Amino acid sequence: MNPTRKRRLTIVLLILAAAVVAVGLTVFALQRNMNYLFTPSQVRGGQAGNYSTFRLGGMVKAGSIIRSSQSLKVGFTVVDADGAMPVEYTGILPDLFRDNQSVIATGHMAGDHFVATEVLAKHDETYMPKELKDAMEKAHHAGKAVAANEPPQ
Amino acid sequence: MTPELGQLALILAMLLALAQGVLPLVGAWRGNRALMAVARPAAAGQAVFVAIAFGLLAWAFLRFDFSVQYVADNSNLALPWYYRIAAVWGAHEGSMLLWVLILNVWTVALAAFSRQLPDEFLARVLGVLGIVAVGFLAFIVFTSNPFARLLPMPPDGGDLNPVLQDPGMTFHPPVLYMGYVGFSVAFAFSIAALLGGSLEQAWVRWARPWTNAAWAFLTCGIVAGSWWAYAELGWGGWWFWDPVENASFMPWLVGVALIHAQAVTEKRGSLRAWTILLSIFAFSLSLLGTFLVRSGVLTSVHAFASDPRRGLYILAFLAIVIGGSLLLYALRAPKVAGGKAFSLLSRETVILVANLMFTVAAAMVLLGTLFPLIGDALNLGKVSVGPPYFGFLFPLLMLPVVLLLPFGPFLRWGKNEPAPLKSVLARVAIAAVACAIVAAFFVHGQAKAIAGIAAAVWCAVGTLLYVYKRWREMPRGRRYPAEMAGMLLAHFGLGVFLIGVLLSESLSVTRDVRMALGDSQTVGAYTFRFDGVHATRGPNWHAEQGTVTVLEGGKVIDVMHPQKRTYPRGQVQTESAIDPGVTRDLYVALGEPMDPNNLEGAWALRLYSKPFVRWIWGGGLFMMLGGFVAAADKRFRARRAAATTPAAAEPVLPPGESRA
Repeated sequence: MNPTRKRRLTIVLLILAAAVVAVGLTVFALQRNMNYLFTPSQVRGGQAGNYSTFRLGGMVKAGSIIRSSQSLKVGFTVVDADGAMPVEYTGILPDLFRDNQSVIATGHMAGDHFVATEVLAKHDETYMPKELKDAMEKAHHAGKAVAANEPPQ
Repeated sequence: MTPELGQLALILAMLLALAQGVLPLVGAWRGNRALMAVARPAAAGQAVFVAIAFGLLAWAFLRFDFSVQYVADNSNLALPWYYRIAAVWGAHEGSMLLWVLILNVWTVALAAFSRQLPDEFLARVLGVLGIVAVGFLAFIVFTSNPFARLLPMPPDGGDLNPVLQDPGMTFHPPVLYMGYVGFSVAFAFSIAALLGGSLEQAWVRWARPWTNAAWAFLTCGIVAGSWWAYAELGWGGWWFWDPVENASFMPWLVGVALIHAQAVTEKRGSLRAWTILLSIFAFSLSLLGTFLVRSGVLTSVHAFASDPRRGLYILAFLAIVIGGSLLLYALRAPKVAGGKAFSLLSRETVILVANLMFTVAAAMVLLGTLFPLIGDALNLGKVSVGPPYFGFLFPLLMLPVVLLLPFGPFLRWGKNEPAPLKSVLARVAIAAVACAIVAAFFVHGQAKAIAGIAAAVWCAVGTLLYVYKRWREMPRGRRYPAEMAGMLLAHFGLGVFLIGVLLSESLSVTRDVRMALGDSQTVGAYTFRFDGVHATRGPNWHAEQGTVTVLEGGKVIDVMHPQKRTYPRGQVQTESAIDPGVTRDLYVALGEPMDPNNLEGAWALRLYSKPFVRWIWGGGLFMMLGGFVAAADKRFRARRAAATTPAAAEPVLPPGESRA
């Protein structure tokens, strides 16, 4: 092998190694930070079981918002057509948070309720996040069509 | 009647754009001078008609013509006149019109300042810009007509999105678009070179100031957007890795790579194919960014325009522009490749490594941004990619760039001896370590803050060493040509930026608290006292305004007034109060009343102390300034004479006669 070829081979191998490292790190970071969206009935159906952190989407049940009198802790219930899930959150809620608004909360299950670390409310009066609308419709239809739980996708 | 005139003007502009897009390209291909000469007048005519359409839309806003759907949707009688002007680009249709208007401004400027280019090449450049304009004008005329009528005419309109009712946000979209659209010049120039099958270094020199200016505008737009998010969203963050932000950040990253690659190609003739590829990427990402934000395909907290009907057109347009130019690249790139070889230790290598890092970073951001869309399309479930994905990978990719930055200007083109670099390395390393040790006493072992000081000193001292070297070695007047001064400003800006980011991220104190009248809370060295809430109102909103008194060592240093505004359509907008400072910002945002029926009672408040947060935007402004200063270099405007064979004389020049 002449020196030019040898140098080119080294460069190619180095680039290849760098690419492998980059792809590996990317896949690792993606996997750890991918958050699936589920509605209360999907969570009740066990679909969120595999994920420690996920996003819970639905509507705030009217009259369910209860504030602590001492701290910023607040409890409310998120519902979709077929299910409900109590949510606990400590912090400041978004401007548009109120009864019957669609919300997406990020967090994890603790026993039978959901502990949120972040709560987002929909952005204006006419707009519901498309992904949430789809998920809620899907959960509703799935619940109607088959009594058994769908396998998680 | 006037709205119909506006629509007519748009249709005429589209036809002229068609002429500008097709005839000169045919002319350049056939060698027909008459057809090539169509480019300039067609571009000018198109600009006039687009300006008329834009003016008529603004006029409709100014005189409350609510029979126009777009005006009725985005303004009302109470909206002040300056926000009614801003409302022209407040939603989808108008922002597309703004995009075309800015494209026309760039095209006309280009046609005016391009006398030194060969006619054939200029005909191709203007032709490519014409085709882009056709794509946008057809999109407006066929799918998003801003002049569509609304009958019966409502007595009052809706409202401009309240997040846009802020002086900072008024100028954010136009400036950002100046950047996006500016990359179309580099793009058109690359496509023209591919079509013609040759790329002269003189043409790259001519394209460079345009790219630098576009990048500087984009930087300014991103800084303004980040500043606005900080001041307006009430979360006190300055970057969220939100898809809308990523949409502008991707072209910026590729733009950084592009301005450096262009420098190499212009000086040495190397990396030609790479420069062309980068300009295709930069413009493609600009298009993608425009559409991602404005078509509503993203489900983000601030994607406010949504109409999937336009999706198909956008997809087809992107496929034609990106697919077509990449196909052309695959066919023609080997023809334009060439240039001088360079050794492993040379300025070219360092620039290439940084280029790769910036490109990979852009690809990483693209993956994270589009992943939810891809997952949705492939039915993998509703996924979002959290900020930690970006927060983990991005610093990793930028680390080599920061480490290499001080050496770039010192390196020679072609080949360099290692010895002189060692002294640079020793000096910046000593400075960085010394400052890190001193800093360690002040920041109480916060590793991130210490790393921030070290990295910032590394960049800033490296840059200043080069400033000193030029000062010592060059005669007065030739020390800092504009191009180099721009480079030094931008590199120094990175150091300022790093201080801002790493210190504010690690040393900020954030408290979300519940406060009743008279309550006090301590945040760092400051005490915040809540003095209650009262009602106030503005031209088109009413608000609850809190009063928060800030004390330091028992002395009142500021009284802050955060607001919670309600706009006519019921949208609620938080106006945070900020006490600015060079070394720290104090930040108060009003959360919500604990009992909605008792506004006099306790409220939730956000109290922040954010050290050095202003340096983030300061660093960004340095970079922006660098871009503009470099673009102003006289060398780029030199006549043909200087452009013949500059590369032959290059190796004997001292290193750093250029941007690195």
